[in-house]
Amino acid sequence: MALEILKYPDERLKTLSEPVTLFDQALRDFVRELEQTMRAGPGGVGIAAPQVGRFQRIVLVDCSVTRKPVPNHGYLVLINPEVTQWEGMEVGREGCMSVPDYTGNVIRAERIHLVAQDLDGNTQEFDCEGFEARAVQHEMDHLDGLLFLDRLVSRRNDLFRRKVYQTQAKNTPAQD
Amino acid sequence: MRHWYMLTLVGNDRPGIVARVTSALFSAGGNLGEASMMRLGGNFTIMLMVQFEGERPALEAAVAPVAEALGLHIHLDAIEGQLHEQMEPDVRITVYGADRAGIVARVTGALAEAGLHILDLESDVGGSDDAPFYLLHIEGHAANGVEALQTALDQVARADGVEVRLRTIETLVG
Repeated sequence: MALEILKYPDERLKTLSEPVTLFDQALRDFVRELEQTMRAGPGGVGIAAPQVGRFQRIVLVDCSVTRKPVPNHGYLVLINPEVTQWEGMEVGREGCMSVPDYTGNVIRAERIHLVAQDLDGNTQEFDCEGFEARAVQHEMDHLDGLLFLDRLVSRRNDLFRRKVYQTQAKNTPAQD
Repeated sequence: MRHWYMLTLVGNDRPGIVARVTSALFSAGGNLGEASMMRLGGNFTIMLMVQFEGERPALEAAVAPVAEALGLHIHLDAIEGQLHEQMEPDVRITVYGADRAGIVARVTGALAEAGLHILDLESDVGGSDDAPFYLLHIEGHAANGVEALQTALDQVARADGVEVRLRTIETLVG
Protein backbone atom coordinates (compact mmCIF):
# COMPACT_ATOMS: atom_id res chain seq x y z
CA MET A 1 0.00 0.00 0.00
CA ALA A 2 1.30 3.45 -0.91
CA LEU A 3 2.29 5.61 2.05
CA GLU A 4 1.28 9.24 2.42
CA ILE A 5 3.81 11.68 0.94
CA LEU A 6 4.71 14.80 2.94
CA LYS A 7 4.27 17.86 0.79
CA TYR A 8 6.13 21.14 1.07
CA PRO A 9 5.61 23.52 2.94
CA ASP A 10 5.41 20.73 5.53
CA GLU A 11 8.33 21.64 7.82
CA ARG A 12 9.09 17.97 8.53
CA LEU A 13 10.74 17.77 5.09
CA LYS A 14 13.51 19.93 6.58
CA THR A 15 14.40 17.24 9.14
CA LEU A 16 17.89 15.74 9.24
CA SER A 17 17.49 11.96 8.99
CA GLU A 18 19.27 9.45 11.23
CA PRO A 19 21.45 6.55 10.05
CA VAL A 20 19.88 3.07 9.94
CA THR A 21 21.42 0.79 12.56
CA LEU A 22 18.98 -2.12 12.63
CA PHE A 23 18.82 -4.27 9.49
CA ASP A 24 15.78 -6.29 10.47
CA GLN A 25 12.44 -7.47 9.06
CA ALA A 26 10.82 -4.13 9.99
CA LEU A 27 13.32 -2.38 7.72
CA ARG A 28 12.56 -4.77 4.85
CA ASP A 29 8.80 -4.29 5.35
CA PHE A 30 9.18 -0.52 5.34
CA VAL A 31 11.35 -0.54 2.20
CA ARG A 32 8.71 -2.64 0.41
CA GLU A 33 6.05 -0.06 1.28
CA LEU A 34 8.37 2.77 0.27
CA GLU A 35 8.97 1.08 -3.09
CA GLN A 36 5.23 0.75 -3.66
CA THR A 37 4.87 4.45 -2.86
CA MET A 38 7.61 5.39 -5.34
CA ARG A 39 6.01 3.30 -8.07
CA ALA A 40 2.52 4.67 -7.34
CA GLY A 41 3.63 8.24 -8.13
CA PRO A 42 3.43 9.18 -11.81
CA GLY A 43 6.91 9.11 -13.37
CA GLY A 44 8.67 8.71 -10.03
CA VAL A 45 12.25 7.42 -10.36
CA GLY A 46 13.18 7.77 -6.71
CA ILE A 47 12.01 8.29 -3.17
CA ALA A 48 13.59 8.97 0.21
CA ALA A 49 12.26 7.76 3.56
CA PRO A 50 11.74 11.28 4.99
CA GLN A 51 9.26 11.96 2.18
CA VAL A 52 6.87 9.60 3.97
CA GLY A 53 7.73 10.94 7.42
CA ARG A 54 10.33 8.30 8.38
CA PHE A 55 13.52 10.16 9.18
CA GLN A 56 16.06 7.47 8.42
CA ARG A 57 18.79 7.46 5.79
CA ILE A 58 17.05 5.27 3.21
CA VAL A 59 16.85 6.08 -0.50
CA LEU A 60 15.31 4.11 -3.35
CA VAL A 61 16.07 4.83 -7.01
CA ASP A 62 14.95 3.09 -10.19
CA CYS A 63 15.96 4.75 -13.45
CA SER A 64 15.10 1.72 -15.58
CA VAL A 65 11.62 3.15 -16.07
CA THR A 66 12.36 6.44 -17.84
CA ARG A 67 10.62 7.41 -21.09
CA LYS A 68 13.96 7.59 -22.86
CA PRO A 69 16.39 4.87 -21.68
CA VAL A 70 19.33 6.10 -19.59
CA PRO A 71 22.35 4.27 -18.13
CA ASN A 72 21.14 2.76 -14.85
CA HIS A 73 21.64 0.05 -12.24
CA GLY A 74 17.97 -0.93 -12.10
CA TYR A 75 16.24 -0.85 -8.72
CA LEU A 76 18.63 0.44 -6.04
CA VAL A 77 18.03 0.21 -2.31
CA LEU A 78 20.54 2.59 -0.70
CA ILE A 79 20.82 2.51 3.08
CA ASN A 80 23.09 5.11 4.73
CA PRO A 81 24.36 6.27 1.32
CA GLU A 82 27.44 8.47 0.99
CA VAL A 83 28.77 10.11 -2.15
CA THR A 84 32.55 9.76 -2.03
CA GLN A 85 33.46 11.27 -5.42
CA TRP A 86 31.88 13.87 -7.70
CA GLU A 87 32.73 14.81 -11.26
CA GLY A 88 31.33 17.31 -13.75
CA MET A 89 28.29 19.57 -13.47
CA GLU A 90 25.10 19.61 -15.45
CA VAL A 91 21.83 21.53 -15.38
CA GLY A 92 18.70 19.43 -15.42
CA ARG A 93 15.05 19.89 -14.71
CA GLU A 94 13.64 18.39 -11.53
CA GLY A 95 10.32 17.95 -9.88
CA CYS A 96 9.42 16.12 -6.69
CA MET A 97 6.50 14.18 -5.27
CA SER A 98 6.87 16.40 -2.20
CA VAL A 99 6.70 19.60 -4.28
CA PRO A 100 3.64 19.15 -6.51
CA ASP A 101 3.03 21.23 -9.61
CA TYR A 102 6.42 22.86 -9.84
CA THR A 103 9.60 21.99 -11.70
CA GLY A 104 12.86 23.88 -11.94
CA ASN A 105 16.46 23.73 -13.09
CA VAL A 106 19.10 22.37 -10.73
CA ILE A 107 22.85 21.81 -11.14
CA ARG A 108 24.08 18.36 -10.13
CA ALA A 109 27.29 16.40 -10.50
CA GLU A 110 27.33 14.37 -13.73
CA ARG A 111 29.09 11.38 -12.26
CA ILE A 112 29.26 10.16 -8.67
CA HIS A 113 30.82 7.30 -6.79
CA LEU A 114 28.50 6.00 -4.13
CA VAL A 115 28.94 3.85 -1.05
CA ALA A 116 25.81 2.48 0.61
CA GLN A 117 24.54 -0.50 2.56
CA ASP A 118 21.98 -2.98 1.32
CA LEU A 119 19.02 -4.40 3.27
CA ASP A 120 21.34 -6.85 5.06
CA GLY A 121 23.82 -4.15 6.04
CA ASN A 122 26.43 -5.20 3.46
CA THR A 123 28.46 -2.39 1.97
CA GLN A 124 28.12 -1.87 -1.77
CA GLU A 125 29.56 0.65 -4.19
CA PHE A 126 28.19 2.15 -7.39
CA ASP A 127 29.33 4.49 -10.12
CA CYS A 128 26.34 6.47 -11.37
CA GLU A 129 26.17 8.95 -14.22
CA GLY A 130 23.74 11.40 -15.79
CA PHE A 131 20.09 11.00 -14.93
CA GLU A 132 20.66 8.24 -12.39
CA ALA A 133 23.38 10.26 -10.65
CA ARG A 134 20.93 13.18 -10.56
CA ALA A 135 18.20 11.00 -9.06
CA VAL A 136 20.53 9.71 -6.33
CA GLN A 137 21.67 13.25 -5.45
CA HIS A 138 18.07 14.52 -5.42
CA GLU A 139 16.97 11.73 -3.06
CA MET A 140 20.03 11.98 -0.82
CA ASP A 141 19.30 15.69 -0.36
CA HIS A 142 16.02 14.69 1.34
CA LEU A 143 18.09 12.89 4.02
CA ASP A 144 19.68 16.23 4.90
CA GLY A 145 16.40 18.14 4.86
CA LEU A 146 17.09 19.70 1.47
CA LEU A 147 14.64 20.02 -1.42
CA PHE A 148 15.50 20.82 -5.04
CA LEU A 149 13.98 24.22 -4.24
CA ASP A 150 17.14 24.83 -2.19
CA ARG A 151 19.29 24.38 -5.31
CA LEU A 152 17.31 26.15 -8.06
CA VAL A 153 19.22 28.09 -10.66
CA SER A 154 17.89 30.47 -13.27
CA ARG A 155 18.36 29.69 -16.94
CA ARG A 156 20.96 32.43 -17.03
CA ASN A 157 23.14 30.12 -15.01
CA ASP A 158 22.99 27.37 -17.60
CA LEU A 159 26.47 26.12 -18.32
CA PHE A 160 26.21 26.75 -22.04
CA ARG A 161 29.83 27.92 -22.10
CA ARG A 162 30.92 24.33 -21.60
CA LYS A 163 30.22 23.77 -25.28
CA VAL A 164 32.87 26.35 -26.12
CA TYR A 165 35.38 24.63 -23.87
CA GLN A 166 34.59 21.26 -25.41
CA THR A 167 34.92 22.64 -28.94
CA GLN A 168 38.26 24.16 -28.04
CA ALA A 169 39.39 20.94 -26.44
CA LYS A 170 38.47 18.99 -29.55
CA ASN A 171 40.35 21.37 -31.81
CA THR A 172 43.43 21.53 -29.64
CA PRO A 173 46.09 18.89 -30.34
CA ALA A 174 46.84 16.64 -27.39
CA GLN A 175 49.67 17.99 -25.26
CA ASP A 176 51.08 14.72 -23.98
CA MET B 1 -15.81 37.20 -7.42
CA ARG B 2 -12.01 37.17 -7.66
CA HIS B 3 -10.58 37.64 -11.16
CA TRP B 4 -7.08 37.18 -12.48
CA TYR B 5 -5.54 40.17 -14.20
CA MET B 6 -2.30 40.61 -16.12
CA LEU B 7 -0.56 43.75 -14.98
CA THR B 8 2.24 45.13 -17.14
CA LEU B 9 4.45 47.96 -15.89
CA VAL B 10 7.39 49.48 -17.73
CA GLY B 11 9.56 52.46 -16.93
CA ASN B 12 13.05 53.72 -16.19
CA ASP B 13 14.75 51.39 -13.77
CA ARG B 14 15.45 52.46 -10.22
CA PRO B 15 15.77 50.64 -6.91
CA GLY B 16 12.55 49.84 -5.02
CA ILE B 17 10.09 49.42 -7.90
CA VAL B 18 9.08 45.85 -7.03
CA ALA B 19 8.69 46.60 -3.34
CA ARG B 20 6.50 49.65 -3.89
CA VAL B 21 4.30 48.10 -6.58
CA THR B 22 3.70 44.87 -4.69
CA SER B 23 3.11 46.76 -1.47
CA ALA B 24 0.37 48.82 -3.17
CA LEU B 25 -1.20 45.63 -4.55
CA PHE B 26 -1.07 43.95 -1.15
CA SER B 27 -2.70 46.97 0.54
CA ALA B 28 -5.51 46.84 -2.03
CA GLY B 29 -6.16 43.16 -1.25
CA GLY B 30 -4.50 41.80 -4.40
CA ASN B 31 -3.04 38.31 -4.50
CA LEU B 32 0.06 37.78 -6.65
CA GLY B 33 0.61 34.84 -9.00
CA GLU B 34 3.29 34.06 -11.56
CA ALA B 35 5.48 36.92 -12.67
CA SER B 36 8.35 37.89 -14.91
CA MET B 37 10.25 40.98 -13.85
CA MET B 38 13.53 42.10 -15.34
CA ARG B 39 15.69 44.99 -16.40
CA LEU B 40 15.81 45.49 -20.18
CA GLY B 41 17.80 48.33 -21.69
CA GLY B 42 17.76 50.46 -18.55
CA ASN B 43 14.02 49.96 -18.14
CA PHE B 44 12.41 47.79 -15.56
CA THR B 45 9.65 45.57 -16.90
CA ILE B 46 7.01 43.77 -14.87
CA MET B 47 4.49 41.23 -16.10
CA LEU B 48 2.53 40.05 -13.15
CA MET B 49 -0.58 37.95 -12.53
CA VAL B 50 -2.74 39.61 -9.91
CA GLN B 51 -5.89 38.14 -8.42
CA PHE B 52 -8.26 40.84 -7.31
CA GLU B 53 -11.75 41.10 -5.88
CA GLY B 54 -13.33 43.73 -8.05
CA GLU B 55 -13.30 45.21 -11.49
CA ARG B 56 -10.44 46.53 -13.58
CA PRO B 57 -10.86 50.26 -12.77
CA ALA B 58 -10.57 49.56 -9.04
CA LEU B 59 -7.33 47.61 -9.50
CA GLU B 60 -5.95 50.23 -11.84
CA ALA B 61 -6.75 52.92 -9.26
CA ALA B 62 -4.82 50.95 -6.64
CA VAL B 63 -1.68 50.81 -8.80
CA ALA B 64 -1.93 54.21 -10.50
CA PRO B 65 -0.51 56.41 -7.69
CA VAL B 66 2.64 54.31 -7.25
CA ALA B 67 3.06 53.88 -11.02
CA GLU B 68 2.82 57.62 -11.48
CA ALA B 69 5.25 58.30 -8.67
CA LEU B 70 7.77 55.88 -10.24
CA GLY B 71 7.14 56.94 -13.83
CA LEU B 72 5.85 53.53 -14.93
CA HIS B 73 3.45 52.89 -17.81
CA ILE B 74 0.54 50.64 -16.85
CA HIS B 75 -1.27 48.10 -18.93
CA LEU B 76 -3.92 45.98 -17.28
CA ASP B 77 -6.08 43.17 -18.72
CA ALA B 78 -8.52 40.71 -17.23
CA ILE B 79 -7.29 37.25 -18.26
CA GLU B 80 -8.89 33.85 -18.68
CA GLY B 81 -5.93 31.97 -17.25
CA GLN B 82 -5.15 30.98 -13.73
CA LEU B 83 -2.37 29.32 -11.75
CA HIS B 84 -1.09 25.80 -12.39
CA GLU B 85 -1.39 25.94 -16.15
CA GLN B 86 2.34 25.62 -16.85
CA MET B 87 3.41 23.36 -19.69
CA GLU B 88 6.50 21.26 -19.14
CA PRO B 89 9.31 22.11 -21.55
CA ASP B 90 10.96 19.06 -23.12
CA VAL B 91 13.68 20.86 -25.03
CA ARG B 92 16.21 23.61 -24.29
CA ILE B 93 17.85 25.50 -27.16
CA THR B 94 20.71 27.97 -27.14
CA VAL B 95 21.65 29.92 -30.25
CA TYR B 96 24.40 32.50 -30.36
CA GLY B 97 26.52 34.22 -32.92
CA ALA B 98 27.54 37.52 -34.45
CA ASP B 99 24.51 39.82 -34.37
CA ARG B 100 22.84 39.95 -37.79
CA ALA B 101 19.56 41.48 -38.90
CA GLY B 102 16.72 38.96 -38.90
CA ILE B 103 18.49 36.26 -36.93
CA VAL B 104 15.69 35.85 -34.36
CA ALA B 105 13.04 35.72 -37.08
CA ARG B 106 14.96 33.08 -39.01
CA VAL B 107 15.72 30.92 -35.98
CA THR B 108 12.25 31.07 -34.46
CA GLY B 109 10.61 30.79 -37.88
CA ALA B 110 12.49 27.59 -38.65
CA LEU B 111 11.77 26.22 -35.18
CA ALA B 112 8.06 27.08 -35.36
CA GLU B 113 7.78 25.28 -38.68
CA ALA B 114 9.48 22.27 -37.11
CA GLY B 115 6.87 22.15 -34.35
CA LEU B 116 8.44 24.14 -31.49
CA HIS B 117 6.08 25.72 -29.01
CA ILE B 118 8.15 28.37 -27.18
CA LEU B 119 7.35 28.48 -23.47
CA ASP B 120 10.17 30.74 -22.37
CA LEU B 121 12.64 32.87 -24.30
CA GLU B 122 15.45 35.07 -23.12
CA SER B 123 17.69 36.93 -25.46
CA ASP B 124 20.56 39.30 -24.99
CA VAL B 125 23.12 41.24 -26.95
CA GLY B 126 26.71 41.09 -25.76
CA GLY B 127 30.06 42.09 -27.17
CA SER B 128 31.02 45.59 -28.22
CA ASP B 129 29.14 48.16 -30.29
CA ASP B 130 31.18 47.41 -33.40
CA ALA B 131 31.14 43.63 -32.89
CA PRO B 132 27.94 42.67 -31.09
CA PHE B 133 26.83 39.08 -30.62
CA TYR B 134 23.32 37.86 -30.07
CA LEU B 135 22.28 35.11 -27.72
CA LEU B 136 18.94 33.31 -27.59
CA HIS B 137 17.95 30.91 -24.87
CA ILE B 138 14.70 29.05 -25.40
CA GLU B 139 12.78 26.41 -23.49
CA GLY B 140 9.87 24.84 -25.27
CA HIS B 141 7.76 21.89 -26.22
CA ALA B 142 8.71 19.90 -29.32
CA ALA B 143 5.34 18.95 -30.78
CA ASN B 144 6.92 17.03 -33.69
CA GLY B 145 9.86 15.58 -31.79
CA VAL B 146 13.37 16.91 -31.31
CA GLU B 147 14.86 15.49 -34.54
CA ALA B 148 12.79 17.94 -36.59
CA LEU B 149 14.06 20.81 -34.44
CA GLN B 150 17.66 19.68 -34.69
CA THR B 151 17.40 19.52 -38.49
CA ALA B 152 15.90 23.01 -38.61
CA LEU B 153 18.58 24.36 -36.27
CA ASP B 154 21.41 22.78 -38.25
CA GLN B 155 20.13 24.48 -41.41
CA VAL B 156 19.99 27.87 -39.67
CA ALA B 157 23.43 27.28 -38.17
CA ARG B 158 24.91 26.66 -41.61
CA ALA B 159 23.07 29.53 -43.30
CA ASP B 160 23.73 32.12 -40.59
CA GLY B 161 27.00 30.90 -39.13
CA VAL B 162 25.60 30.74 -35.60
CA GLU B 163 26.33 28.26 -32.83
CA VAL B 164 23.34 26.14 -31.87
CA ARG B 165 22.80 23.72 -29.08
CA LEU B 166 19.72 21.62 -28.48
CA ARG B 167 19.29 19.52 -25.38
CA THR B 168 16.31 17.45 -24.44
CA ILE B 169 14.85 17.95 -20.99
CA GLU B 170 13.90 14.81 -19.14
CA THR B 171 12.30 16.12 -15.97
CA LEU B 172 13.28 14.04 -12.97
CA VAL B 173 10.52 13.34 -10.46
CA GLY B 174 11.86 12.06 -7.18
